[in-house]
Amino acid sequence: MDRRLLGESRAARTHLILAGGLGVVSAVLIVAQAALLAYVIDRAAMHHATLASLRPQLIALAAVLGACALSGAGFELSGRLGALRVMSELRGRLVSRLLVESPEARAGRGRTGELAGTAVQGVDALEDYFAGYLPQLVLAAAVPLAVIGWVLTLDPLAAVILALTVPVLIVFMVLIGKGARAQARGRWRALGLLGAHFLDVVQGLATLRAYGRERAQERTLGEVGERYRAETMATLRIAFLSALVLELCAMIGTALVAATIGVQLVDGALGLRAGLTVLLLAPELYAPLRAVGQQFHASADASTASELIFAALDAPMGLAPATRAHAPAHPHSHARESAETGYEPADPASARIRFEGVSYEYPQREGRVLEDVSLELLPGRTVALVGPSGAGKSTLARLLMRLADPSDGRITCAGVDLRELELGRWRSRIAWVPQRPTLFAGSVAENIALYSPDASRPEIRWAAAAANASELIDALPAGLDTPVGEGARRLSAGQAQRVALARAFLADRPLLIMDEPTAHLDDGSVATVIEAIARLARGRTTLLIAHEPLLADMAEEVYLVEDGRLERAPGAVSAGVAAGALGGVAP
Amino acid sequence: MSRADVRGLARLARPREGERARLALSVALAAGAAGAAIALLATSGYLISRAAQRPQILALMVAIVAVRGFGIARAGLRYAERLSSHDLALRRLARLRLSFFRALAPRVPGALGSRSGELLSRFVADVDTLRDLYPRVVIPALLAVVVIAGAAAAAWVMLPDAGLAVLAALALAALVLPWLSATVSARAARRQAPARAQLTSELVEDIDGALELTLAGRAEERVERLRTADARLARIGRGDAMASAVAAGAGQVLAGAGVLALLAVAIPAVHAGTLSPVLLAALVFLLLGAYESVLPLSAAARSARMCATAGTRLGEITHAPPAVADPPSPRALTGTGELRVEGVGFGYEPEQPWVLKDVGLRLAPGERVALVGPSGAGKSTLAELLVRFHDPLAGRVSLDGVDLRELTQAQIREAIVLCAQDCHVFNTSIRENLLLARREAGEREIAGALAAVELQEWVAGLPHGLDTLVGQDGELVSGGQRTRIALARALLADARFLILDEPTAHLDPELARRVMRRLPSVCGDRGLLVITHDADALEGFDRILSV
Repeated sequence: MDRRLLGESRAARTHLILAGGLGVVSAVLIVAQAALLAYVIDRAAMHHATLASLRPQLIALAAVLGACALSGAGFELSGRLGALRVMSELRGRLVSRLLVESPEARAGRGRTGELAGTAVQGVDALEDYFAGYLPQLVLAAAVPLAVIGWVLTLDPLAAVILALTVPVLIVFMVLIGKGARAQARGRWRALGLLGAHFLDVVQGLATLRAYGRERAQERTLGEVGERYRAETMATLRIAFLSALVLELCAMIGTALVAATIGVQLVDGALGLRAGLTVLLLAPELYAPLRAVGQQFHASADASTASELIFAALDAPMGLAPATRAHAPAHPHSHARESAETGYEPADPASARIRFEGVSYEYPQREGRVLEDVSLELLPGRTVALVGPSGAGKSTLARLLMRLADPSDGRITCAGVDLRELELGRWRSRIAWVPQRPTLFAGSVAENIALYSPDASRPEIRWAAAAANASELIDALPAGLDTPVGEGARRLSAGQAQRVALARAFLADRPLLIMDEPTAHLDDGSVATVIEAIARLARGRTTLLIAHEPLLADMAEEVYLVEDGRLERAPGAVSAGVAAGALGGVAP
Repeated sequence: MSRADVRGLARLARPREGERARLALSVALAAGAAGAAIALLATSGYLISRAAQRPQILALMVAIVAVRGFGIARAGLRYAERLSSHDLALRRLARLRLSFFRALAPRVPGALGSRSGELLSRFVADVDTLRDLYPRVVIPALLAVVVIAGAAAAAWVMLPDAGLAVLAALALAALVLPWLSATVSARAARRQAPARAQLTSELVEDIDGALELTLAGRAEERVERLRTADARLARIGRGDAMASAVAAGAGQVLAGAGVLALLAVAIPAVHAGTLSPVLLAALVFLLLGAYESVLPLSAAARSARMCATAGTRLGEITHAPPAVADPPSPRALTGTGELRVEGVGFGYEPEQPWVLKDVGLRLAPGERVALVGPSGAGKSTLAELLVRFHDPLAGRVSLDGVDLRELTQAQIREAIVLCAQDCHVFNTSIRENLLLARREAGEREIAGALAAVELQEWVAGLPHGLDTLVGQDGELVSGGQRTRIALARALLADARFLILDEPTAHLDPELARRVMRRLPSVCGDRGLLVITHDADALEGFDRILSV
């Protein structure tokens, strides 16, 4: 996971290299600063130097301190800029994945918020990793090297002591980190449950009050809080051990160095200047290592966030892109090869669409959703699919829109496999009316003109009238120009559905796919919506997924989908269905 | 942070009973750890300066032992301090949750309005944010005060002028750095929040409508728009990165200037003989060590701002007037009368038209009444008035002839139970969810309630039966099962009147019909009011009303 996250930093290579360079510069400046400070103290303490005589060194010290601040600021800046670039890049990929490569009907599934959260806050959570943790790693490598290198020239013994503490420190960091993590993982899960309890109780407060149980819950809340505290403390006692060992290492390292230097000074083997330099540098050696330890949570957070991001990026698409380039198995008069990616699709207004022995199973999931389904959609006619939810009706529609390709069998239009058709052109023949249409932020008119943004006012009005939506639009404060969607007026389900139907009228596409368009409507609006649907379906090849018997009645053929299999609906569904089925054509 | 924010923060930070001692302990441990670290550095400085004078090695032994002791003490004290401050934080979190829950309870669902789901999630997040107030704000701030005073005093003992220099240098850093960092991060949040919100809301509708956009051939265009929104966010982010880099540099400049100032005071003193030469290094190390406790104040200021924002938002909710209050002297109920609605009118917002106007309704014990109407007609509002989640603006709701306003909420709950449309299923076992309605319900009663909603076979087939957990927000069961668990719970309640708001939502039409037909017969001598938008399946009801 971390390796992949690291791979994402490609986009910010320049910035990260710059940050690395500045990290090295900082390391050198830290050494210079210590050397100058030690020189000044040595001259003043041992040689009675005055401020005036030390002026050049003090000015140099000020300059180094200033440079250190500058390089520190530059380090911070380049890290952050790099992080921003990586974040933009990732967000862009995520967005085009969700919108272009793998568009699905997610409305009302509750997943939208999670996905949007992943793309915004999830990506933001990576900032600390790329802006803090990664550059800090450079610092953690550069500073100890520079410090130990310089100390080596002054006092090899101290250098050896320091050099020995660093790997000990790192080994302990890794060992304790690993042990604690393994031990803590199970416990954190339990803690997550306890932590979620408060959310659960607050969200269910209205229900608690309906039963008069909010007082009783207060006691539970107290108990859970105490248990949460006790268990967290047990985890922390171990988690903080790693910090304890780190600090002990650093402290003992410093103390050992101080004592060794002291002894050498007494022996006269070392001057005060060298001794002071070493002592000033000892804490600097450990600081970046400790900072990495402190920022380790950034890496852990990033790895959690990135799991969600990569899961969204890697979600299986169902479409095998390679098949688009296949040579046509059935050369057909309607099919002309388009310039790049496939064949110009035949017009469903005049060509029949056939499902030929189609089976489907989700990638990475056991069991077939569709099993050997054969079905024919004749030009201008309506086929309704009924059956319990989860039986595979929507999957049939998804395959027809080529959101996924069949695992077995094929779907053809005018005899040509859909996989051989140019994807964008095929989809441009389809209008889709879902259960819960999405209204985009904008005016009602813009929403109706979704499929045809260049439509004129009269055309939009005509479409609204055809969808039985004129009256409701006239009742809105600004008519067609009333803003709707997120943050604006909310239309009822029935109103939104009629706007969606107006959309489909204006789109005027030969193949119409409707997924339970009346599922969420009140009794009052069902009739007007069904009337508009019947008008819309007239003359178009229509695949209608229906719960409502009245809706299925308008189809020429009705099929029952159950457990992924298709059968001609029995007359029992409704009287109208039986009558309609008589006129149907055998699949 | 505004002045009100600071006041609110001070109120939130005030330690409660029993917390004062723990806070003092945490600060003492933190100060001990910081003191040991500073002493370690300063003593080391003294040690090698003294060693450079080449005394007998024995003369250095005390200092050498002290250096080691300080080193171990610092690590140990720091460990103890972290445990103690986290323990305190968790205790406070438990208390905060409880007290905010108490404050919230009378305001839900009445006083929050339509965005309650979102508000409640934020409420929980805000309460959790306040956990950081002690370990990240209060303790570091108190520690900084102790360290500055201690370091200045120690320096004063060595050389009074140096004491002043140390005090000035540390105080300046302690004031300027947090201010700078709070200003920079406030500016970033102010500028980034709207851009981020816009990106999110565009993204939400685009993800929602991805398929519609694709079929309309407009997905690419939308992606472009999102890229623009993202680029705007990144541009603001770059400006803010610049500001935070400047703030980071400022910290180093201040620390460097402090060291130079100290040297400017101390070197002439050494020359003049007022400061022992062996103490010069100790002084410099003292200051460097003290900065370690002052520089983290930048982060503390950022945490303080986040806590203040959370506190202010929480205050907005918990200070909103509750929708209803119990009367000082409630009246008694006969326990045999009707639930009655007379000429009731209600609206949520003063300037909006009323949702209900002049509504009347009667429900006698043992009576089955259905209330039918399109969504948005105010049916659910009426249901909430019946259990006094709100008070009507006109007319009255009465039980046994007594106005609900003259009864305690406990009296009302005992007599009337509402199963709301979006009834919550708690993250516990099926049994616990059911027993919420009546703790003492027996196995047979539970089985009866489950049978009424056709769940008994499903439950029997579960590996843990009734003790199966339903998951957060009922995520481990389907929407239909969740609805039915909530309905079974309501049927189990031992109330005289049962109000069911859309009890068969999310059920397959066939199942919904069967359940609906069964409802009138399973209610015994209770009065039943069913609210639904679907008039088809109503059989066995005494009266059917429409809104």
